[in-house]
Amino acid sequence: MSTHAWELLSNRAVATAAVVYFLALLSHLVEWSALVGRRRTAVEAPALVNAGDVAGGPAEPVSADASGNVAAADESREERVAMFGRLGYLLTCIAAAAHLTAVISRGMAAHRVPWGNMYEFTVAGTCIVAVAYVLLYARLKLAWMAPVVVAFVLVILMVGVLVLYTPVEPLTEALNSYWLVIHVISAALATGAFTLGGIASGIYLLKRRHPDATSGWMSRVPSLVSLDRVAYRIHAFGFVLWTFAVLITGPIWAHQAWGSYWNWDPKEVWAFITWVVYAGYLHARATAGWRGRNAAILAMVGLATLWFNFIGINYFSTTSQHSYASLPAVSSVLTPEGQNPTLTGNALGHNLRV
Amino acid sequence: MSDLKESAASRAARAERERQHPSPIRELTLRELARWSWRQLTSMRTALLLLLLLALAAVPGSLIPQENIDSVKTTNWQAAHTTLTPVYRRLGLFDVYGTPWFAAIYILLMISLVGCIVPRLAVYWRGLRAQPPAAPRNLGRMPDSASYTTSESAEEVTARARQVLRRKRYRIRREPAADGAISAERGYLREAGNLLFHVSVIVVLVGFAVGSLFGYKGGVNVLVGDQYGFSNELTQYDDFAPGSLFRPSMLNSFDLHIHDFHVDWLQSGPRQGMAKGFKSDLQYQTSTDGATKSYRLEVNHPLDIGGTEVFLIGHGYAPIITVRDAKGNITYSGPQIFLPENQSFLSFGAVKPPTGNVALEGLFYPSALSLSDGSVTNITGDIGDKSAAVLSFQVWTGDVAKANEGQSVYTLNTAGLKQVTAAGGKAFNLHMGQTAKLPDGLGSVTFDDVTRWNKLQISQTPFKHVALGGVTLALIGLLGSLFIRPRRVWVRARETDGGTLVEVAVLDRSGNDEVGVVVSGLVAQLQGRVEEELS
Ligand code: HEM
Repeated sequence: MSTHAWELLSNRAVATAAVVYFLALLSHLVEWSALVGRRRTAVEAPALVNAGDVAGGPAEPVSADASGNVAAADESREERVAMFGRLGYLLTCIAAAAHLTAVISRGMAAHRVPWGNMYEFTVAGTCIVAVAYVLLYARLKLAWMAPVVVAFVLVILMVGVLVLYTPVEPLTEALNSYWLVIHVISAALATGAFTLGGIASGIYLLKRRHPDATSGWMSRVPSLVSLDRVAYRIHAFGFVLWTFAVLITGPIWAHQAWGSYWNWDPKEVWAFITWVVYAGYLHARATAGWRGRNAAILAMVGLATLWFNFIGINYFSTTSQHSYASLPAVSSVLTPEGQNPTLTGNALGHNLRV
Repeated sequence: MSDLKESAASRAARAERERQHPSPIRELTLRELARWSWRQLTSMRTALLLLLLLALAAVPGSLIPQENIDSVKTTNWQAAHTTLTPVYRRLGLFDVYGTPWFAAIYILLMISLVGCIVPRLAVYWRGLRAQPPAAPRNLGRMPDSASYTTSESAEEVTARARQVLRRKRYRIRREPAADGAISAERGYLREAGNLLFHVSVIVVLVGFAVGSLFGYKGGVNVLVGDQYGFSNELTQYDDFAPGSLFRPSMLNSFDLHIHDFHVDWLQSGPRQGMAKGFKSDLQYQTSTDGATKSYRLEVNHPLDIGGTEVFLIGHGYAPIITVRDAKGNITYSGPQIFLPENQSFLSFGAVKPPTGNVALEGLFYPSALSLSDGSVTNITGDIGDKSAAVLSFQVWTGDVAKANEGQSVYTLNTAGLKQVTAAGGKAFNLHMGQTAKLPDGLGSVTFDDVTRWNKLQISQTPFKHVALGGVTLALIGLLGSLFIRPRRVWVRARETDGGTLVEVAVLDRSGNDEVGVVVSGLVAQLQGRVEEELS
């Protein structure tokens, strides 16, 4: 297949993935709305609801006939919830497969790793979130996360397509380093993990307000203790990858490409800040008075720094004039102020790193 | 580490007691104050706050231009913000990562770290040889426990339990309990990993500090050609950023020149005409043996000369220009480095002959295209056979030397100088080989040829391998700290009237694990239902 054909395939696959994610989201919303509906039933006939997680109140006198109807309606409702939940997961699997196809064919089109610019990184990063979710779904019992994850992936993917899209471009010299490949893979994996972990921590914070919710979506969310634990596990995994990406492969590559392994350029600074905040999160979970809510808040702060670094620094930082979105060629980064070597380094950096 | 947490808890309890029953007689001696401060400093909470403070303190350096990272940008910013600049300067906000307040945070963190690690090392060392603790009286009360009855004898069950646990690499308590209960523990390496991680953080910091204090980073533009070159002396650098303990005597002595240079241009695609890759054939000599060696210098492939590294980080064109005065005497002749303005290598530069009263400033177009309105645009950086190269310049006259004292060689300071223009007030445009006669009998300018130059970055970063080794060890430690699951297991079998009652309990010591499945797996194995490990 030609470059053009691969690129076309990639674009179609992204579109397909987006449509299927949307359907998956709809399915989960239907599932969710059925859960909300359950409240009324539960109030009307509390004693008759046999769903295990609904606290039974004192039975109210209900005529046998009516109660039979309610029970039947409730059963079918439960069935509908389960069915739409399964359908949503299935659709998410299909969408994630299309999404993965998009990432791979983008790489085939460009003859390189498919994360050379912000569009590609967005597509690849959301792909990782989706694939990680699909794979961990059963193991970590993530069903309760479904609507949030799918909505998140869909929105970010749409932003990528609508705002950041760039046609396939060939690689420049400094990108031809396998250290960079490893660096970006691990950074993207870590970003995916932190995002999933952040979703878990965010839901933890929401759940804290209604710890005893017996109806609606919150009732399906696991207990605070297990939410906290799931969040920790995902964050721990992300932290290891982030350490590897930011403190090992990043500096090795930076050293090769610009002659200095740590330059304190804004991208690096924020990667470091993210690292320190997550180290703080891990500590918080072991510090009395900080575990639980404060740890979850720290996790959210960490996620904010992570995404700020990815999106914000390219647009807002006063010291990075070379935005990722408008890739400067590596070879011509010398400007009239080019007497400063790190200026060149920065230009390279924003071009190459994410 | 839970021992440590316990001791922290008991410390907290003591502090609480002291708060509730302050002893009025005892005054706070200096020694107690010191001990109290040390306890505060090495507490987990302080470590956490210092970490967050470090993150916060790193922020301004990413938003405000930093002097030693991008001096030009900093100067421009300072010129644009005259009221803020003195305040920021006082706070050190133009060099955040070198300020005392930033240093104070990480030094406190390091002290806290050492104060935290040393006692933990001792605790760990003792704990390493300790036996798993005896079984609690009532295993059924543990949060993760199970029991079943069997017709096997207690001895049979206990023997199987020992076997199963040993296979899972549990350490089993040697002294048998009176009631025959088994105590087992595993996951000792978790704390080792944690300690390794924290020790390695210190190693990294030391490596990083030595590198930044004793290292340097310099840049120089070197013309391509055997007759040009660079020798590693302070005066030869265009820019030089030394660490604060760097001494010029630390420079390695070597000479190098660029024998040849190749650029690979993109021939198609949206970025057509831009450089894809570049390589230099470098030749260098060191004073130690004097032999000339060759090296193919490429992006991502630096040259290492005895710890000093040379990187190729940029390149450009240097038009060869001859300036003559009214009498035809040459006042300047040679290549002048022009700095690229954009991706197509439209370049900017100046020529300032040391004698005479004429100076030039202008643009170099590697592949110029004249538009119908008379203006010129550049198509690509690929100069090809040089036939489309154009030098476009403006001429200034006056006391050039005085106006440009201490100025960059790449730009012309035109203050106090007078501009002379070509016919029609335009710039002078020359193709290669052409000469422009300057008005007012000021002489002539010839664009003879064009050569290339490379931007080399030369740096020395001592202890970089220490830093790298440190982070690698830190990562290994982290893996152990986060993924090894420390657990205690107890099995007690008692013969009762209804058969042998077997109780199993598992305690997760990390606080992050779900051990329910471990309990059920263990029970299944004890009952002989499964051979393989379940969890
Ligand atoms: C440069 C500063 C530091 C960094 C980057 C750092 C990082 C970490 C990380 C990532 C963990 C996670 C391990 C886990 O969750 O199991 C951890 C655990 C821990 N850290 Fe630190 N730390 C630092 C300083 C300190 C200091 C100063 C102390 C002493 C007060 C300390 C005491 C601990 C303890 C006791 C644990 C174990 C927590 C547990 O697993 O229960 N750390 N540290």
